[in-house]
Amino acid sequence: MGGLARSWSVALQGVDGTVVEIEAAIGGGLPGIHLVGLPDAALHESRDRVRAAVVNSGRHWPNERIVLALSPATLRKAGSGFDLALACAVLAASGTIPQGALHRTALLGELALDGRLRAIRGVLPCLLAARTAGLRRVVVPVAALAEASLVAGLEVHGAGSLAQVVEFLVEGTPLTAPDAVGEAGAPPSPPDLADVVGQSDARHALEVAAAGGHHLLMVGPPGTGKTMLAQRFVGLLPDLPPDDALALAAIRSVAGRLPADGLLSTVPPFVAPHHSTSAAALVGGGSGVARPGAVSLAHRGVLFLDECAEFGPRLLESLRTPLEEGEVRLSRAEGTVTYPARFQLVLAANPCPCAPAHDRDCVCTSLVRRRYLGRLSGPLLDRVDLRCRMHPVTALTSGDQGESTAMVRARVLAARAAATERWAAHGWRTNAEVPGPVLRSRFALSRDALRPLEAGLRAGELTARGADRALRVSWTVADLAGLDRPDRQTVETALYFRDRRAA
Amino acid sequence: MAAKDVLGRRGEDVAAEYLEKQGLVVLDRNWRCREGELDIIATGSAGLVVCEVKTRSGTAFGEPAEAVTDRKIARIRRVTQAWLAAHGLPWCAVRFDVLAIVIEPGRPATIQHYREAF
Repeated sequence: MGGLARSWSVALQGVDGTVVEIEAAIGGGLPGIHLVGLPDAALHESRDRVRAAVVNSGRHWPNERIVLALSPATLRKAGSGFDLALACAVLAASGTIPQGALHRTALLGELALDGRLRAIRGVLPCLLAARTAGLRRVVVPVAALAEASLVAGLEVHGAGSLAQVVEFLVEGTPLTAPDAVGEAGAPPSPPDLADVVGQSDARHALEVAAAGGHHLLMVGPPGTGKTMLAQRFVGLLPDLPPDDALALAAIRSVAGRLPADGLLSTVPPFVAPHHSTSAAALVGGGSGVARPGAVSLAHRGVLFLDECAEFGPRLLESLRTPLEEGEVRLSRAEGTVTYPARFQLVLAANPCPCAPAHDRDCVCTSLVRRRYLGRLSGPLLDRVDLRCRMHPVTALTSGDQGESTAMVRARVLAARAAATERWAAHGWRTNAEVPGPVLRSRFALSRDALRPLEAGLRAGELTARGADRALRVSWTVADLAGLDRPDRQTVETALYFRDRRAA
Repeated sequence: MAAKDVLGRRGEDVAAEYLEKQGLVVLDRNWRCREGELDIIATGSAGLVVCEVKTRSGTAFGEPAEAVTDRKIARIRRVTQAWLAAHGLPWCAVRFDVLAIVIEPGRPATIQHYREAF
């Protein structure tokens, strides 16, 4: 009679975890379980699950009043991932598990009524939070072991049932250890750029976009290879550094989209939502606490909007904030969550609804044509540095075979390395991140190089923001060409991709 | 008498015996009024003790004490007021206990005593 014990688990708000201390007090009143500390419905039900699981694991359930407190008490706690920690807190309070065994150990997992331990979503961000909070070891469901092993610096144990966990805590019977993290085998090679016939302009634009991290719009008739090019875009990008790969894996874990093999993927993500997608699927949403959407799943990768003129205007406008801030904040009844969403936008569109192979065959009225691409609003298009026009394919085998992904990627990596080195002192990684004022003052170009821009501004063809974007692209073109800084020709090339007429 | 009532009566006998061994004096048993019934009313150094006795022949359908629901608790409180009024005791310390008794066939009865249960 009268026992008190503590265990630890992790609550998730988006991809941010908070370590939750669970206290169990036994005694003083009629038998019953009282759960306090802002639990949601699923967590409230864990009272019944936990009791059934403990009894069916052949352990003694204290037949007294049990108060379970989750702290910090003001934080809303959702889901079934606390089951294991609640069960162990009760067993420790009733003396089945020695007090010291739970010290600095996070317990994660949902319990089945027969005591089996079920997988939960978001194990990876939970472990990151546990590590930050200074916990020493974690017990996770076996199914989540591969995912858990991605986090270094924690002692990770995988358990299949509550009975195994109790034996582990009481007698030290070892649990399943994670396999040594296998080297991610060569990822399936993405489709090769050499497959695309012709389109030298668009290829060049693709290369510049990959090298500088610029957003890209491709306009052209159907069947010219817009989609093919976009699918080959990821192949040009450098592998993700470990930090970014882990951040991406955390988002995928919360979305329940982490591959089962548990290897940390360093391939930048490629996400291509259909144009009938809902705003919630695109930027994230859902009731209670919002779940990550396509923009977050494309974090540090590519978000490809095919037939972007078919997307509803509200959908496209909802992309503006994440484009600018690199994250989305979603507010729902149970609080606001922030998901990272630093993606590269690739848009593809037909020039008009009828979209014939040759523009001269178009039967659309000028008003319809204007309205079609007019759906892409000015503010959104202003953020797209590169616009290119696709030309109809005139020959099945063009004279010069296109370059392969490997060749272009080598140039892209070299250009990125040059840019990273130049901006390292300022904390930027790609040309696309550099603010305009810096490009105009501290890294100003020669008068001669700026002449095309001045002309464009004077003629009213270019906005001030547009000029900044062109400057940014010209630095990337220069990096690709191996130049020290942009000269007149690179600025002209950059302006070519800025051409309003392309959209 | 139905089998469950026989069991209940046996349980109450066991409970009364147990309480007297604890040094309490049983004042009343199965006191009824329109509101309901009190199983055992006893008194000791701490004042009045109102006891609800729950008897089961096994725990297959849950522990006996779990059968004391919020509704039943409210009724016991009401009936207690009626008892106090009937005996001219408007003001005294009252304690509510629950005695959970399991009488499995062929075994001695087990008693669990929840003091100040509600």
